[in-house]
Amino acid sequence: MKKKDTNVAAMCGPQIGEGGKTGDWRSLRPVISHERCIPFQKKKSACFLCWLYCPEGVVKAGLPIEINLEYCKGCGICAEECPPKAILMVREDKS
Amino acid sequence: MSRVQIMTGNQAAAIGAVLSGVQVVAAYPITPQSQLAEIMSQNVESGKLHAEYVRVESEHSAMTVCISASTVGARVFTATSANGLLYMHEQLHWAAGSRLPIVMCCVNRGVGAPWTIFNDQQDSLAQRDTGWIQIYCRNNQEILDSVIQAYRIAETVYVPVMVCYDGFVLSHTMMPVEVPEADKVRAFLPPYVPHTVLSPENPKNLNPVLFPWKREDTEGVLCDGYMEMRCKLQTALDRSREVIAETSRSFADVFGRDHGGVLWEYRTDDAEIMLVGMGSLASEATMAADLLRSEGIRAGVVGIRAFRPFPKEDIRRALQKAKGILIFEKSISYGFEGGLCSEIKAVMYATGKRAPIYNFIAGLGGRDVKSGELAEAAKSSLAELEAGKPERPTEWVNCG
Repeated sequence: MKKKDTNVAAMCGPQIGEGGKTGDWRSLRPVISHERCIPFQKKKSACFLCWLYCPEGVVKAGLPIEINLEYCKGCGICAEECPPKAILMVREDKS
Repeated sequence: MSRVQIMTGNQAAAIGAVLSGVQVVAAYPITPQSQLAEIMSQNVESGKLHAEYVRVESEHSAMTVCISASTVGARVFTATSANGLLYMHEQLHWAAGSRLPIVMCCVNRGVGAPWTIFNDQQDSLAQRDTGWIQIYCRNNQEILDSVIQAYRIAETVYVPVMVCYDGFVLSHTMMPVEVPEADKVRAFLPPYVPHTVLSPENPKNLNPVLFPWKREDTEGVLCDGYMEMRCKLQTALDRSREVIAETSRSFADVFGRDHGGVLWEYRTDDAEIMLVGMGSLASEATMAADLLRSEGIRAGVVGIRAFRPFPKEDIRRALQKAKGILIFEKSISYGFEGGLCSEIKAVMYATGKRAPIYNFIAGLGGRDVKSGELAEAAKSSLAELEAGKPERPTEWVNCG
């Protein structure tokens, strides 16, 4: 038995995934070539523009960077902003 | 010491708001705005009311400020009229959908075009389906008392309340009004306890996009969808009928004045002809009923105080013995008839009785309505009533 929604008005908390798994909205998927990624190549925190510009906050600024595909909507902003074009948007139906 | 003062409806409403301890007032001075917003501004400026007065650029923004302030736990107040209220329309839905106990005075005035600044009730009637409770007042004492009651009602069921009163007829007319004692009002009206407070300590996303289906949140709670939320609002308004009645009774216990909960009656005990109306028009109808009785016609008046929630059971009870029901109203649903008339017909359908219900449109755009004219209008329909004619064309009283 699920807990009942006792809220008087509609609301949700600031938790990851409150909007549901939004990754299935995606038609284009970001694919990273780490050999072209500046931070990964320099082995230190460098541009991370993908992390900065991602409107969904699904890019993890690590070495290597990671994109959470459960919530990435495939907007392509990261690919657009990446200076060395290390991120390519690939159609979801093509592996 | 007598606490009776002579004042306009606008002054009465302002005193009601001050006694209710409102913390935020937001209003826009469009034409037509009433003197009410001005008085509230003076009250804040002079320090008589410890509140924030927010000057905004439109009625739409006035209601937005009220919504925001209510969301962080403030008791809020605003006032508007006519086209200003129409401009607020979208935010009225947001206020009710967010279940915020905002109280607003609507000083009833006709809607342009053509321009008018005079009284009718088309403005608030056009807001029927926004999810607000609507209370119609018939004198300045009732305006003051209803503002105080409105906060208690709104904060009990978490539904905003519109306190409606007729422009000029009440808003600019002076009457003796008894001002309640502040400590008694404080006892009658406990502090506002919000259902949710938006704060940095407990961040929330209010009114996110809801889907046609229910959604499980990250804590495993199955959250209601859009339709369930709308159903909750309907349930709250259904419940508010009893809350309005109880608030009226409790108010009478403390202050000695009972304005009648969801509706009031005048000389209805043995009445065969029932005159039905709202606000000052219904008040005028009581004198029309006296005139009719002086001519041997047993007339009574049912005044609808709460138009939303619509007091269906009370109306059935009050009108069940009537041989004829005459609805007088200061608004019309163009292309059909007066909205109040349609709704009374709908309510009476379930009784299985078929007393004729006739419709009279009166006093649009401030046209004077005299009790004698109401009585004449009623008499003009008596032959058809006695013949049991179920329908009669809507009559425009004193028009053309």
